[in-house]
Amino acid sequence: MNEPLSYLGVPLVRPKVGFFELTSCEGCQLQILNNEATLLDFLNLVEIVNFREGMSERGDDYDIAFVEGSVSRRDEIDRLTEIRRNAKILVALGSCACFGGVNQLKNRFRDPEWVKKEVYGDFPIESMEVHPLADFVQVDLEIFGCPIKKEEVERIVTDLVLGKTVRHPEYPVCMECKANENLCLFELGEPCLGPVTRAGCDAWCPSNRRGCWGCRGPAAAANLTELEKIMRAYGFAGETILDRLECFGGFAAFADTLRAKSKKA
Amino acid sequence: MKLSCEVDIHHLTRVEGHGNIRISIKNGVVKKAQWEVVETPRFFEAMLVGKHWENAPYICGRICGICSIGHTLASIRAVENAFGITPTPQTANLRLLLKHLETLQSHILHLYFLAAPDFLGAGSVLPLAKSHPEVVQRALRLKLLANEACDIIGGRRLHPTRTVVGGFTMLPAKGQLAEIRLRLLASMPDLLASAELFKTFAIPDFSRETEFVSLKGTTDYPFIGGDLVSSDGVVKKEEQYRAMTNEYYAKGFTSKLSKLSRPSFAVGALARLNNNFALLHPTAREISRSLGLAPVSHNPFMSNIAQLVECVQVVLDSVRLIDTLLDSPWQEPRQPVQAKKGAGVGAVEVPRGILYHYYDFDRHGRVIKADCVIPTSQNHANILHDLKALAGQYARTGKKDREIELLAEMLVRAYDPCISCSVH
Repeated sequence: MNEPLSYLGVPLVRPKVGFFELTSCEGCQLQILNNEATLLDFLNLVEIVNFREGMSERGDDYDIAFVEGSVSRRDEIDRLTEIRRNAKILVALGSCACFGGVNQLKNRFRDPEWVKKEVYGDFPIESMEVHPLADFVQVDLEIFGCPIKKEEVERIVTDLVLGKTVRHPEYPVCMECKANENLCLFELGEPCLGPVTRAGCDAWCPSNRRGCWGCRGPAAAANLTELEKIMRAYGFAGETILDRLECFGGFAAFADTLRAKSKKA
Repeated sequence: MKLSCEVDIHHLTRVEGHGNIRISIKNGVVKKAQWEVVETPRFFEAMLVGKHWENAPYICGRICGICSIGHTLASIRAVENAFGITPTPQTANLRLLLKHLETLQSHILHLYFLAAPDFLGAGSVLPLAKSHPEVVQRALRLKLLANEACDIIGGRRLHPTRTVVGGFTMLPAKGQLAEIRLRLLASMPDLLASAELFKTFAIPDFSRETEFVSLKGTTDYPFIGGDLVSSDGVVKKEEQYRAMTNEYYAKGFTSKLSKLSRPSFAVGALARLNNNFALLHPTAREISRSLGLAPVSHNPFMSNIAQLVECVQVVLDSVRLIDTLLDSPWQEPRQPVQAKKGAGVGAVEVPRGILYHYYDFDRHGRVIKADCVIPTSQNHANILHDLKALAGQYARTGKKDREIELLAEMLVRAYDPCISCSVH
């Protein structure tokens, strides 16, 4: 596993990496252990010094930190700040880290005390508004998705090791869906955010006849006003459009205006 | 002889989520043996309030990154029970097949990646790739098969895409199922080799009389729905789950806790096997016996063995399910859904034990109240009591701190806890 790494005869440095999680389901880290056919090759690209979910050894001398999850308690700000201090490159891993993810759905309630009471009754529990990592530290790179797509992680990590610039598609999921020759889900009566969501997942959900819920956040030129018009023209209720747009936090500002509008109506 | 010991583990490794172990032994007497759960809560039950029913399985599947299929299926079952929908036999078979393959994936991940390193003297699976390449390759083969089968049936191994209230958005091609069937049959030598490997592991000699809670099988080893049973003789209907879980709060836990006839009870592979041994496939039962596991086992470390037996069980039952599915032409994948006012419960045996989802809907099908009771939250109190007993058993044996620390870690890992799930 530890033979020197080289590319086209040029020696490469195997970066030391750490995986960390804040408020999350830890599914994105689990994805790292998936794709078993290429797993050992993938692991050979890096030297893992910290991966609590998978190994007992723990080191703080990592070059790249992958952080899954959102920030929802004060102590997580301290942990995140420390990880930022140790890492040369900090990667937000998955939608919770990038936008707050499903966790931020609780932010839509005006009274945070009601949220606590609904689950814990009178038992004291510490929690705060859910935030993406970038609200507290500099994030160098984002890997989108709920869950992340392992193939994309493999490409991004390879680019990092080779010193290449990491690029995300700027076009929407709709492009990949068309390339996969799928029937448009709007025609099947299924709501879908494919027209506005950043591609890179190969239209994972629409290719399984499931509408896109926007877990990867907005594409470069997402026209949300137009999306709302088109979805309404197809007969989708405002509530359904809001459900999709508010689910992962990538469209939070527009979802807020939709919510305000629906409350006035 | 050294009769004092201090163990202080902050954020235990090789488990899902964040828990701490603290043990203090002074002159052969246990002063403290504590299991703490410090995970940040996510408030899924609050998130759902006001949401339309179709959001529930999509959002609640995301409670867990390991058993997202189980959560999605429990959520769907709760919604369907609330609306009075009975899944078609085809849907029921496909769901059970999907569930089986998630069980296989999760158990293999736990057995080989999380538990085995302790028995092989390694800190993780990484060095094993060099020292025991055949073991790691076998684990990867089994996990790959399970994951790819989940992709084919559920659309995606993690946070499945095709599973919806009423059925599936899309069906696999029959050829794909036939291929999975062949690969499942071909995986039997790997499972038998796994059994041989685990036979060589020194399972710690520890037991504590425990109440075991699981679904109650009638004709089959149970995984989806049905009555609830405890080894102390409590039997309840699925919709009476609260009488089994009796959730409460305690200092030191951001998760809720459960109890039934005793201060704690256990759920999971060992509970299922203890309560339903006679319903195992004969081959699985024989392997169980050959590994020294027959009911009732009160040794929590045997949960690893129970998971291994269940791997055999789900592989063999998956072959049966695929045969049934291939035997008849595909029917409509999805039945129409009519929302109505009322409540429903879905109980599903997920890898770590019995999982309950409950929703109460208004007449528009919007959630008024949601409740999810997670296997690991039901196990937390039992882990705590086991830790106390374990510390007591070893307090006067003069073991080194590191030995007691390792035993305590292995004990918690044997429960395969999914701590973030438990603090949903």
